[in-house]
Amino acid sequence: MPAGGTPADEAFVRFDGVTLDYTHDGRAVRAVEDVSLTVRRGEFVVIAGPSGCGKTTLLKTAAGLVRPTRGEVHVGATPVTGPLKIVGMAFQNPILLPWRRTLDNVLLPLEIVAPYRERYRRDHAVYAGRARELLAAVGLAGFEDRFPWQISGGQQQRASLCRALIHQPELLLLDEPFGALDAFTREDLWQVLQALWMERRFTVILVTHDLREAIFLADTVYVMSARPGRLVSRTPVDLPRPRTLEDSFSAAFTATYHAVRRLVGEGRA
Amino acid sequence: MRGLRGAVREWLPPAAVIVAALVAWEVGVRALRVPDYILPGPVATWQAIWQWHRAIWFNAAQTLYTTLVGFALALAGGMALGLAIGYSTLVYRALYPLLVAFNSVPKVAIVPVLVIWFGIGTVPAIATAFLISFFPIVVNVATGLATLEPEWQDVLRSLGASRWDIFRKIGIPRSLPYFFASMKVAVTLAFVGAVIAETVASNRGIGYLMLSASARFEVPLVFAGLVVVALMGVVLFAAFSIVERRLTGWAYRGQVGVGV
Repeated sequence: MPAGGTPADEAFVRFDGVTLDYTHDGRAVRAVEDVSLTVRRGEFVVIAGPSGCGKTTLLKTAAGLVRPTRGEVHVGATPVTGPLKIVGMAFQNPILLPWRRTLDNVLLPLEIVAPYRERYRRDHAVYAGRARELLAAVGLAGFEDRFPWQISGGQQQRASLCRALIHQPELLLLDEPFGALDAFTREDLWQVLQALWMERRFTVILVTHDLREAIFLADTVYVMSARPGRLVSRTPVDLPRPRTLEDSFSAAFTATYHAVRRLVGEGRA
Repeated sequence: MRGLRGAVREWLPPAAVIVAALVAWEVGVRALRVPDYILPGPVATWQAIWQWHRAIWFNAAQTLYTTLVGFALALAGGMALGLAIGYSTLVYRALYPLLVAFNSVPKVAIVPVLVIWFGIGTVPAIATAFLISFFPIVVNVATGLATLEPEWQDVLRSLGASRWDIFRKIGIPRSLPYFFASMKVAVTLAFVGAVIAETVASNRGIGYLMLSASARFEVPLVFAGLVVVALMGVVLFAAFSIVERRLTGWAYRGQVGVGV
């Protein structure tokens, strides 16, 4: 159960027997095999697994960037056949546009997603205000007018988080967003993300190969096996929130860590 | 900010090289007693520039005019065709070999054809300037678009952006550095094209001036023409370099403040 236990016990995202093949050098390669799982509204789900296990591909099926070969993904009541406007996504690299200042990078989704795009010019001041609030929430107040190449990698990733959230998506998809950062910055951003999530209670699916990160952030950790990616386990994490870095060295945290770590080992065998 | 010392350090080496080259040229010509009708020295060339400055100015203005008109047409046409080609990978792949083939044709070989079509005068010079600078712009703009990072496209696609959105929001800004990089190369090419066309088929312009001077063995005047052509090329290149830095500074982030 998520802390507070407020969200209804309703399936918001549903993966039904998702299998994904792609062709490489003319041969069919199976990236993901028969993955079924449900995510409740407001739940923080982490999918962990070794590199190349197809977890990113799985996430892209929920984003509508990739169609499953077999099976279906539902978000809300709709089957995903293309990108949805209630979804925000952040990637392993921040991928900010270098010719836009930080504020304008964060505002980008509002220039694209309906209904914001129709009102973009008229309500620009409102949107800019919202972007500034969001930037301040992740510790980037005062950096709004910097270009991406004038801020650090960690700051870029913070801005990228803001960009994923600016259109107030109900579902946030995070593809190893902290993977390219140093350990200190990464742990900072865990707390930033947790704070944002506790305040706004969007639904999150985060993909990572870092188990400490998984357990720190998740309500539920799913472990995937090496390629072809299959779900090997589901572990609820019942640690109280907000979790602190100190908590990540507690006995309960460590016990969960070891339990999940063993499952990853079995998945590889 | 760079101070006076920075400016000196930046401008001193090229200035020193130019002065040294001029001195060596003059000394060499005098020591070896080379006659002016073979190779005039810098002093004789300068005297020719001074003596003929009205004619040079008149013809240089004509060359500048044909260059810039041809170049402007190439900019507009090259940007438009480049964007159209880059918009679709299929069109890009289909047209690219043809463009490279066109670009490989020596433009001087086309000038006689242009004379048949347009007669002698301003139009062949403009057309040659256009033809010679058009293809580099097309190829650069199209390449800028066709090599769009898939990750950037994913960011926009995950928001449900249409192809047109992607083209507007990242395609065009991304191709601008390529466009400006090709621009400063293309402007010197346009200049070369105009001078070539004037040499073959005109009664005005720096190219014509040099041709008629060499026909009269006025070699110092030929060299005066060459110097003016070189100076105009440098000025145009520098002008468009400044425009480029101003408009696509983000693409030069490693070297901000270096100047032209």
